[in-house]
Order: sequence, then C-alpha cells, then structure tokens
Amino acid sequence: MSDVSYRRIIADGFWYNNPGLVQLLGLCPLLAISGTVVNSLGLGLATTLTLIASNLAVSTIRNWVRPEIRIPVYVLIIASVVTAIELSMNAYFHELYLVLGIFIPLIVTNCAIIGRAEAFASKNTLPRAFVDGLTMGLGFTAVLVALGGMREALGHGTLFDQAHLMFGEAARGLTITLVEDYRGFLLAILPPGAFIGLGLLLAMKNWIDDRLERRQARRREAVTLKEAEA
Amino acid sequence: MRFKTFTSPHMSPARSVNRVMRQVLYALVPGTVAMAWFFGWGVLVNVVLAVTVALAAEALMLMARRRPVKPFVTDLSAVVAGWLFALAVPPLTPWWITLIGVGFAIVVAKHLYGGLGYNPFNPAMVGYVAVVISFPREMTLWLPPSTLAEMAFSLPQTLQAIFLGQLPAGLTWDMITGATPLDRLQTELAMDRSLSDIQASPFFGAVAGRGWEWINLFFLLGGLWLIRRRVITWHVPVAMLGSLALISGLFWLINPEVYASPLFHLFSGAAILGAFFIATDPVSGSTTPMGRLVFGAGVGILAYVIRAWGGYAEGVAFAILLMNMMAPTIDHYTQPRVFGKTPARKEG
Repeated sequence: MSDVSYRRIIADGFWYNNPGLVQLLGLCPLLAISGTVVNSLGLGLATTLTLIASNLAVSTIRNWVRPEIRIPVYVLIIASVVTAIELSMNAYFHELYLVLGIFIPLIVTNCAIIGRAEAFASKNTLPRAFVDGLTMGLGFTAVLVALGGMREALGHGTLFDQAHLMFGEAARGLTITLVEDYRGFLLAILPPGAFIGLGLLLAMKNWIDDRLERRQARRREAVTLKEAEA
Repeated sequence: MRFKTFTSPHMSPARSVNRVMRQVLYALVPGTVAMAWFFGWGVLVNVVLAVTVALAAEALMLMARRRPVKPFVTDLSAVVAGWLFALAVPPLTPWWITLIGVGFAIVVAKHLYGGLGYNPFNPAMVGYVAVVISFPREMTLWLPPSTLAEMAFSLPQTLQAIFLGQLPAGLTWDMITGATPLDRLQTELAMDRSLSDIQASPFFGAVAGRGWEWINLFFLLGGLWLIRRRVITWHVPVAMLGSLALISGLFWLINPEVYASPLFHLFSGAAILGAFFIATDPVSGSTTPMGRLVFGAGVGILAYVIRAWGGYAEGVAFAILLMNMMAPTIDHYTQPRVFGKTPARKEG
C-alpha cells in the first residue's frame, strides 16, 4: 500500500477524492458554517490541523493497534486533538471561536477525519499520512471558502467581512464591499442557500470532469488514428 | 375498398400541454381582472413582466441545455408559472424582485431538475417562497383595495414605482401601503385584540378582506370552469378547501374571538387560487384519485397551521411545497386497484 505516489495523494485531496465535493463527508459543518469567507476559512483551517494531527497519530500507531479496537482508539485520538485545538482557538482567536461556536467541538464528529484515519492513515507511512491530512484538509477548506464566498457575496454583498476575527485588527481593511448599499439576499445566507450552493459546486465539478474526460477521449482517438495511419 | 381501422380508445385525446395551459390561462383571467380592479395597474404590469421574464428564462435554459426551444416555449407552461407568480406578489413589487423570483422558479426549480414534467416542486411557488424569505420587507408592501385607497395609481405612476422605485411627489411607501387582511389579523391578534374588534375595521368586508373576497370569488369561478372542462379533477380543490374549512371551523367553534371563521380562511390569501390552480399541478402534485384527496387535505391543514400558529401570515405556498415533497410517497401508497384484480389479502 505504501507505494501511493505523493502526486496521487495531492490530486486526490484537492480534486478527485475531495472530501467536500466527492466523498461528501463532513457536510454538517460545511453547510452550517459557510455563511461567510472568514468563518469558512477558520473552520477549514481548524479541520485541516485536526486532520494532520490525527493522521500522524493514527499512522504512527498503525502497527500496534488491533483491528478490533481501532475505532475507539481513533475516536480518542481525534477527540484529544480537537480538544487541544478548541482550547487554543479559545485562547488566541477568541472572537472567531465565539462565532464558530459549537462547530469547533463538533469537528470530532466530522466523518472526513475518521474516514481518512480508517481509509488512509491506518495503512500508510507517516510522511504520506501527513501529506494526505494536509491536502484533504486544504481541499475541504477550499470547498468551504468557495461556498462561503458565494454565499457572502450573494447574501451580504461583501467578501472577507470581519477578517479581523482571524488576522487581527490590521486586517479590517481586507473587507471588500462588492455592492454599496446592498439590500441583502437572505436566501443565500439561510440554510437553503447552503444546499443550493453546494449543489451548484458539485454540478460544476462534475461538468469540468466531464469535459476533461471527453477531451482526453478525443486525444486518445486522435493518437490511435495517427498510429493506424502510420 | 379499405376502411381505416383504429384501435381503442376511440376518442381523440387532444390534450396537449399547450391546450391545457391555455385553458388554465383563460381561467385565470377573471380573477386577474378582479385583482387589477381592486389593486390597480400594478397587477397587470407584474403579470406582463413576470411572463416576459419567464419566457426569456425558459428560452435561455432550453438553449443552454441544447433542447428544442420552440415547442417548449410555446407550450405555455412558463407563461402559467410567471402569471401565478405575479398574482402572488404585491402589486407594486420592484421589478428586480420579479426578475429574481421568476428566474429562480424557471432556472432552479424547473430546469435544473430536468424541465417540464420533472420538477418535484411547483416552480411558481418555489420562486415566490424564495423572494418571500429573501425580501421580507418588500413582500409585505401590499396596497389597500382601491375602494379604500387614498389615491389611485395611473399607469405611468405604476410603471415608475415598479421600475424606478419612485412614488409620486408627496407620497411615501408607508402612506400608501398596508398589510393584507391575513397579515393584519396576525399582527392585531398578537396585540391581544379580539377578532370581532379587528373585523370591524374598514379593511374587512362581509366575510374576509374587503376586495379580497371578490377576487377569490372570481378565482373560484375560473377554477370551477377548469373542473367543468376536465382540465383538473375535483379531488384536490375539494379536499384542500374542505380540510381548511373543517379545521378552521373546529377552532372557530372553540374560540371565535381568537380563531377566524372558515369563510374568512377560504376567501383570504391564496386559498382558492392555490386549491384550483397551484395544488392541482399534475407534475408536482399527487396523481392517483385517492392520493389527490390526501394531498389536498394535507395542503389545507398545513396552510391553516401556518396561518394560525406560524411565523408567516399566509401559508398556502409553504403548504403546497411541503406536500409536493410528500407526493411521491402518497402516490406510492395510493395506487388504485388494477381493473379485474382483487387486492391481495393478508393470510389471517
């Protein structure tokens, strides 16, 4: 198993096996918290950290944990990691912590994390597990931020609103107001907006995949034609 | 000599989508005219605007999906959806709300699900609900019926209000707009006023809101004509209005000072329009006879529950969408018996 190439791991994490768009894991925080870009980024990075730490820990002990007890062991590892992250966020990003609220401790229940522990980290070497955790986490963050950006732009007419929650007071200027005096489109901010937005993102990904595949098929056809001619 | 022979059935169906939709449009005319009589030019402007947007969105989506444009645009289903949307929104609704609502209805609720015949939810109601929850302030700006209004809007003034958001000099939105009877009822009940007290105000007529009772009467006429023409069956309207009357009558008997009478509920808001024109949608509603009864009853009860105890004053649109969700399940459990077969009995 340890012969998975890093290139493959990275491509899987960001695209072909993206937790948000393909595995559809961790949808609860994905849908609930993606109201703004900053919230999405905060939760995404916290999830990424959790994924890296839990993947590393699970990969380290993979040869000693008996399969019968692996699930409780994973849950304990993830829970401890999330607790540590929750406490540090409370200490260093207190306001963001308040905004994200219950969804920080709920990272424990994000199926993407235990899914990676079970499907990847428990079968692969330490560096590979690290890269997998990193790319899966960043892939998840990318989907969150894309969805958050869509909903914030449509719903509030801004981007990076309240950026100071994450990057400190200096980042207040980051806020981009797309439309002055925007009246707000509540549907995008309410839960239906999250579902519709995620659906559109999924459709877009499938559409791109479809086009790529068709282009490749055409290229293959051209190659075989040329060979036949030669 | 050769005779042409046909297999049964020996009747011409000739029930194309176009024909059905055209009859629905005819049936909408009396109610729409009555509405324009009481609420002014805005109703007609909204209808024209919404239908235009609906047709444009339909054509664009058909082109994007590489479907034939002409047969689907001329089947008039988009016209009906746009028209129904226009009847649901306030008469001076800003143009961009109609654009968003009808666009959402046609693009998301109709074509993203696969177009005519594949949409699980009624497009017009999806569009209406989308703008109701997105723009709560604009969507409550109803006008008082013309018999009570301070002034009547001329056509140019109406166009100015809808497209530019400008009112004639000296007027503000607060001065000319008011709540619908259902809205008024809900707010004033929340202020602990008794029902007889509320209904004594000039905004209430003999049975329901002034003006509204006439509008609903004309929609009722259109609906009955549709049943006579066999465009729709009686099941959904009877079940929906019957259940609405039953449940509102029950609570009215318990406490007539807090719960409005069945007649008020039947002739207010979108009860009649919904019962005859929207809940009978053959695509998103139930299709078995028994299923239609269950479907209609569900809409009636849910609409009453939302009106009486919900956050919105009018619940017909939400009720129809909720029951749309149930329709496949209802159809599954109400399959009619196949002719000539006895239903399988469980062995005792």
